[in-house]
Amino acid sequence: MIATACLVAVGVISVSVLMNLYRLGTGPDVLDRILALDTLAVNAIGLIVVIGIWFDTSLYFEIALLFAAVGFLSTVAFCKYLLRGNVIE
Amino acid sequence: MAGLSELLVSSLILIGAFFLFVGSFGLVKLSDVMRRLHAPTKSTTLGIGSLLIASMLYFALLRDAPSLHELIISVFLFLTAPIAAHMISKAHILRNRALQQQLPAPPGEEGWATLDPHGVDEARPTEPAQPPR
Repeated sequence: MIATACLVAVGVISVSVLMNLYRLGTGPDVLDRILALDTLAVNAIGLIVVIGIWFDTSLYFEIALLFAAVGFLSTVAFCKYLLRGNVIE
Repeated sequence: MAGLSELLVSSLILIGAFFLFVGSFGLVKLSDVMRRLHAPTKSTTLGIGSLLIASMLYFALLRDAPSLHELIISVFLFLTAPIAAHMISKAHILRNRALQQQLPAPPGEEGWATLDPHGVDEARPTEPAQPPR
């Protein structure tokens, strides 16, 4: 039952990753693309967690933590660049 | 007992995947940057929390190997998702000139945080003036 749920969840999250990629490609503004990148990082974390349950290993959670940190830092760095014209002042 | 645990973990995985899907669908469907900001930052946080709870329950109940890595990830995401949304909305206000005309005047001396040319923080000196020698 858990394997079936993981299969369905991987399919649904893959479809949502495709929708994020659509918004990343055709976003009319830069901020749409930044928001799509942030959501893409969160979807990648969800995919990693589901695959970790499916393959019955706890090896992947460090990768998920790394995705969380890098996604947040890239979003804040992009927004800081748009706000101030510089990342580190 | 094991069947009940499997049912709980499976339903939590499906709920999390559904809310991740709702967030991404709102990102495609809605029409404005400020409206698009709602869907991923709220619904996606709920979905990822549900997936991490499912992972914690799976490793604690069915595998007898409880771990706290998921708790670190969920605390980090719950702390950082509102900050990212706040930064995106600030950048949107700064970049949109028509939106700046519609903003109401803020109470007090300070202006809007992104728009005030010299805010209170910069107007106030950080160190007291040196006395003349």
